[in-house]
Amino acid sequence: MERKNIRISSLAAAFVLSIGAVWSTQPHANNESSVFSDSGVMMVAADVSTANIFNRNLKKVKDPNAAPPEDGIHDPENPGTHVLQPPKEAYVGLPTTAFGNHIDWVKALDDGALKPRWERTDPTAEPFVMDLDIVRPVKASVPDVVFPHRQHTEWLACSNCHPAIFIPQKGANQINMSAILLGQKCGVCHGKVSFPITTKSCRKCHSKPKPADWKPPLSEATLKNPWR
Amino acid sequence: MISHAGRRLTGRVAVFGVVVWLVAFAMPQPAQAEYADVVINNYADAAGMRPAVFPHWFHRIRFRCKVCHADLGFKFKAGGNKINMAKIIEGKFCGACHNGEVAWSVENCDMCHSGVPGTPTHFHGSTVQRLVAPPYKALDATKRVKQ
Repeated sequence: MERKNIRISSLAAAFVLSIGAVWSTQPHANNESSVFSDSGVMMVAADVSTANIFNRNLKKVKDPNAAPPEDGIHDPENPGTHVLQPPKEAYVGLPTTAFGNHIDWVKALDDGALKPRWERTDPTAEPFVMDLDIVRPVKASVPDVVFPHRQHTEWLACSNCHPAIFIPQKGANQINMSAILLGQKCGVCHGKVSFPITTKSCRKCHSKPKPADWKPPLSEATLKNPWR
Repeated sequence: MISHAGRRLTGRVAVFGVVVWLVAFAMPQPAQAEYADVVINNYADAAGMRPAVFPHWFHRIRFRCKVCHADLGFKFKAGGNKINMAKIIEGKFCGACHNGEVAWSVENCDMCHSGVPGTPTHFHGSTVQRLVAPPYKALDATKRVKQ
């Protein structure tokens, strides 16, 4: 008796499933007509455009200057978060770049769009600006580095960098990109607060083209190669 | 004309696509805070407060780097100053300005202590973070307190 019941119920289940399968394979009249009544060319064009707007890498759209409640660091459940100024509101009228805060802070200061204080309580104090460019030849084939003191002394005091980070003596500072990327030398600020190190910002520092007769230095292995 | 099997396959692909799309949005969203925002969580979580978030962008519009990093003695290191509320009330570090005279005073706790609980001390968007460190996961604040 029980076996029969199971057989009946399994039959019923199979029936329901087959009905579902038939229903799902049935052409849905409305969709069908709307798709195939159009001309073939139109349909192809529509398909291509939808393919092109598809987010193939499933990359999330990033808002570079998100308001505090949406930025992922501030807690939206904290009432104070909603009192904080959204960055976009403060950035109106400032020159833009393609990296970091997407604001060119140095240009903003030069243009007078910003007037940050040099002294905590004295709005009239002026910085001690030193206009001295340091050229640092680079071994690799990328352009040589020009370090401008002017832009740095507009923001910083000498004691911020000298002598702890940079020894103020020619040839005393060995700098390489690995150290900078890991947060030493220029990387104490660049890559954290001042403009970041991305492929878009290389030329901000590597700005002096190599001399026309420049050739890359030959490696030790090449120089010692007896078959050269 | 598309065959029945073909249409069924299309249907399956569509369902799969929808599932992937939903999963992608259900995953934790990456932080999109401003470049150079600093989360400071030396002591906050352990004291039952949200971590403090310091926005560099907001402050550099008003002050040059030198004011804090030379005059007030802030080190160039996230969490490297061991700031606590006692020091701030004494007028050191943040307290040099956040005293009700230059800027709003410390009773507005949740203006600074506004971070997602459990976020470790870090520089948002730093090169080091992008290069070698795994993406930051919010630690379970309750577990950390128990340890």
